Amino acid sequence: MAAPIETLPTPVATGRPPRPPRAKATDVDRRHRRGTARWFVLAAAVGVAVVMLVPFVIMVLNAFKAPADYSQNGPLSWPAEFYTEGLRNFWTRVNFPEKLVNSIWISGAVAIFAVVLSLFSSYALGVGRVKGRMWIVTLFLLANMLPQEVLVYPLFQMAQEVGLSNNQWSVIIIFTVIQAAFGTYLLSSVLGTFPKALLEAASLDGAGRWRTLWGVVFPVVRPTLSVLLIFFFIWTWNEFFIPLVMLTTNATQTIPVALASLQGDRMMDAPTTNAGALVSMIPAIVFFLIFQRTLTRGITAGAVK
Amino acid sequence: MTTVDRAAPPSEPRTRGTRRGRRSRDWVGYLPYLLPGLIAFTVVILIPFGMNIWYSLHKWKGGNAPLRWYGLGNYTDLLADEQFWTSFRNSIAMILAMVVVPTLIGLLLATTLFDVLGKRFGPRVASVLRATYYLPQILPVAVAGVLWNWILNSQTGAVNVVLREIGVANPPNWLGSTDTALPTVMLVLIWIQIGYPVVIFMSALQRVDPELYEAAELDGAGWWHRFRAITIPQIKPETFVITLTCTVAALKVFGPIYVLTRGGPESSTLVPSYYSYLNFFDKSKVGYGAAIANVLTVLIIAIAVVIMVLQARSARREEEGR
Repeated sequence: MAAPIETLPTPVATGRPPRPPRAKATDVDRRHRRGTARWFVLAAAVGVAVVMLVPFVIMVLNAFKAPADYSQNGPLSWPAEFYTEGLRNFWTRVNFPEKLVNSIWISGAVAIFAVVLSLFSSYALGVGRVKGRMWIVTLFLLANMLPQEVLVYPLFQMAQEVGLSNNQWSVIIIFTVIQAAFGTYLLSSVLGTFPKALLEAASLDGAGRWRTLWGVVFPVVRPTLSVLLIFFFIWTWNEFFIPLVMLTTNATQTIPVALASLQGDRMMDAPTTNAGALVSMIPAIVFFLIFQRTLTRGITAGAVK
Repeated sequence: MTTVDRAAPPSEPRTRGTRRGRRSRDWVGYLPYLLPGLIAFTVVILIPFGMNIWYSLHKWKGGNAPLRWYGLGNYTDLLADEQFWTSFRNSIAMILAMVVVPTLIGLLLATTLFDVLGKRFGPRVASVLRATYYLPQILPVAVAGVLWNWILNSQTGAVNVVLREIGVANPPNWLGSTDTALPTVMLVLIWIQIGYPVVIFMSALQRVDPELYEAAELDGAGWWHRFRAITIPQIKPETFVITLTCTVAALKVFGPIYVLTRGGPESSTLVPSYYSYLNFFDKSKVGYGAAIANVLTVLIIAIAVVIMVLQARSARREEEGR
């Protein structure tokens, strides 16, 4: 698997060796060579893309293939018949609609709460210039790097003490804080450069802090907030460790946890596993396609910061 | 308002502006907005972190069992624990698979897409390929792991079925043998990780001023020369971001290990986070698990600080050079 990834693109880099322009004739010569070389480059890049896609293709092919068909014709053949037993098996076994609702509820609640919390904190830090803000922001940034293992057992104990064991609210509260720590870090640097003129105009109009926040600051940073909202939703959706520990029964679990906990089950034959993986990744892919533009913009913004 | 402003300066140093004087007392009014965040942060992160340190100083089976004071015993036990050292050695493999290899390949792919394909076949081609490379990144990592676990299954998995069909009598037990498990996990991680540097590097390349390349080309600099003299220094900020975020992620990695190998066989793919999970919830050695998690935390923060200091220093040097 690795070999094609590593070796294929190499000719691309060396394909056009550093070569000082000698005469005008070579310029034409070079352009001519580029003309053919570019097809090799394209082939190599497409080759890498194929390697990336192979697991998905294998998954789709085998999600709808009968077990007998699989053992006879192997994983690469086109299914002899459209076999849906695997999908049905997985669907009822995990009670997929319930898991879908759980995942949407947890991720959606976290995204909204974390954005609001980030906005409040960064309003105080970035616009309000609260004393010691550098320390607070650094603390939040460091918290984002903590491995969750360092928090999980105490949080597990605390949840039990306050009656939130195996309760989705425990996961929602935890991730709201973890995501908001990052959101505050990012937003307070954005709000640190908030145009002073706007704030002064608002204060001349007699707007208090609360009205300035919602009437002046919020509309300006709304695009950033929507990127954060999407990020928080996806990050929480993909989270595995804390939901695995906190959500102990089937009824409360999220999609990734439910799928992983079926591993090693005897009922999990090839079509069931593949259909399970397929329907579990569909929400993520749909979400990605809807928000692709906003997301790539967001990744870029995050990187330059 | 103006009267207040005029009255303020005498109490303030002359050089400070009037507005500053007013502002310096103003921040107190914003405290209520910070309060919810600080309280939540304290309850969910600071207190549990403190409790974890407290646990690590005890022997404790968890739950209602009594805590027995053990001092730094858990930490000295770690030093003699072979599995602990294995788990951190495997972290180096995780850094290789999640930072070094994806960054190098990602840079190569991004420059290829940007320099050649984007310019000669149109931005459409480049952005479709970029989306393809990024696809594994959007999957829940546990879902990707479950898929790979089946593909690599020694008996029924797709890879070995195909290998047997083409005549390999005894295909390797990819995830089940101590020789192949770690390299196999690394390959899966590379597959998951690669899209992230590609996307970030591509946006970095768009930021670079094309005039720099044109000038270099006029000076007769070849592709490789331009790449080294212009591209690499120009995209340094993004390279630091990728290195930092991916290194932290590699040290924290848990999900893929849990679904692919559970640290096995014979701890050959054990990583610190999984080892601590194992002690918490499987071996009921909570104090010991807490100690492992704390050591991991110190290591992550130390490495992150080193990377950030290097980044700051390189940025400063650049500024001085200008």
